Amino acid sequence: MSLLSVAAVTKHNGGVMANREISFDVAPGELVGVIGPNGAGKSTLFDVITGFQRPEAGRIRFDGRDVTGLRPDRISHLGVARTFQKLRPFAGMTVIENVMVGAFQKTSDVAAARATAQGVLDAVGLGERAETHARGLSTGQRKRLELARALATRPRLLLLDEVTGGVDQATVPGLIRLVRELHATGLALIVIEHNMRVIMDISQRVVALQLGQVIADGPPAEIMRDRRVIDAYLGETWKA
Amino acid sequence: MIMIFLYGALATAWNIIAGYCGQISLGQAVFFGVGAYTSSLLFKLTGLTPWAGMIAGVSLAVIVSQMVGYPVFRLRGHYFAIATIAVGEIMQALIVNWDAIGGARGVFLPIKRPDSFVNFQFHQSKAFYYYIALGFLLLALGVTRLIERSRRGYFFRAIREDQDAAAALGVNVAREKLRALAISAALTAMGGTFYAQYLLFIDPESVFPLSLSILICLVAVLGGVGTLWGPVLGAAVLVPLQEGTRVMLGGTGKALDLLIYGALIVAISVFQPGGLMALFTGSRTAGSAR
Repeated sequence: MSLLSVAAVTKHNGGVMANREISFDVAPGELVGVIGPNGAGKSTLFDVITGFQRPEAGRIRFDGRDVTGLRPDRISHLGVARTFQKLRPFAGMTVIENVMVGAFQKTSDVAAARATAQGVLDAVGLGERAETHARGLSTGQRKRLELARALATRPRLLLLDEVTGGVDQATVPGLIRLVRELHATGLALIVIEHNMRVIMDISQRVVALQLGQVIADGPPAEIMRDRRVIDAYLGETWKA
Repeated sequence: MIMIFLYGALATAWNIIAGYCGQISLGQAVFFGVGAYTSSLLFKLTGLTPWAGMIAGVSLAVIVSQMVGYPVFRLRGHYFAIATIAVGEIMQALIVNWDAIGGARGVFLPIKRPDSFVNFQFHQSKAFYYYIALGFLLLALGVTRLIERSRRGYFFRAIREDQDAAAALGVNVAREKLRALAISAALTAMGGTFYAQYLLFIDPESVFPLSLSILICLVAVLGGVGTLWGPVLGAAVLVPLQEGTRVMLGGTGKALDLLIYGALIVAISVFQPGGLMALFTGSRTAGSAR
């Protein structure tokens, strides 16, 4: 049985149809990549799944439960966590305080939340920066912070919006390794990513979007050969 | 000193909703007025001790805060602040035109002798008011401290920093904002009762004005928003300054005292956005309430 099931979801943004009857499933523990050119509707899809936008049509089921149109905090409590494309740290709080906000979902005890947060920070490699202010972090570190914050809610499905976007090349391998490690713990992930090599490398399955529609859904190797995907997105160089 | 304590406590109450939770309320006078009127009217009409009246006022202020907060919290940032101003103005207009409770003439509280704790009136010595005001301030600070150290405090600050990110982490943003406003309203209403018992006369002009809401905000901003001691520090500076400029300059020109006041606020926001507290902590980060 699938963990997440998106069925015929449609959502307009202004006059543009950002999501047009999108359907796909995610199995427990699966790592699904989502690709598509800018404006294909990837971030809107994330917003719809996590309750930040309500779809006009279609249903979203998580763990067998209809979650369509639930508030973001309710969906988070059910076990779906996300990061944002535009990083949104709580800038005026320290790194560990940021993560504690997530940890408080499962406990109301401050000491327990602090312990959980420290554990997660250690796991993402930010353990030593726990007491610095979030605004003092580099972009790569902020990505890790967003990840840590989401992980502290102990999710079963994690949606990552552009893990490697906007960070320097030297930081990318570390972040990718981190995503792999998370996946290895049994966590299901949906990853939006622009770096083709990365997405094809880490995903078990790839969903390709164009103009709000799913144009391909399958294993990476298949997607790379798909005529429509190549035309829409990968361009000439990939035809070789 | 009594006024420093009172304004310190009111600013501390404002600090909970605005400093920690980031919702700039400019309608605090609503809760102040509700507290003052509730206890005063109950005292005058039924003879109920103002202490019980204070509890009634607090309850009513909390109810009002939830009724007002529910729709108004749908607005964000500046729009929220403007809406709270509107709520305050509406409330004042309402009371002014409500003849059954004195209308624009206000309420004179019956003077009881001899001094008694039950009647919350002390004509022999101001010392009692002093201690009650101090107790009030300590209560407000204690509540703030408690929030600061609890899960709720983290949620409030997360909402201040980025409410969408907070929601994504499972924080029920709407509920937490209403809680913050309720706590703030309750404390502010207590201040209203105290004020009424101290002056024994209230009218819409004295307990519901926008200028009171703004003063409360200024005190906290001056001292340091989002810090425990900031509002107290602000009150300790601003209240004497207000009294002093009024004595020295008031009456001569029009509102010279307010001019100095304004200049001070401008100076603070330009040179020390974190408030006076930031001078001690050495950081400019403490007051990032925007």
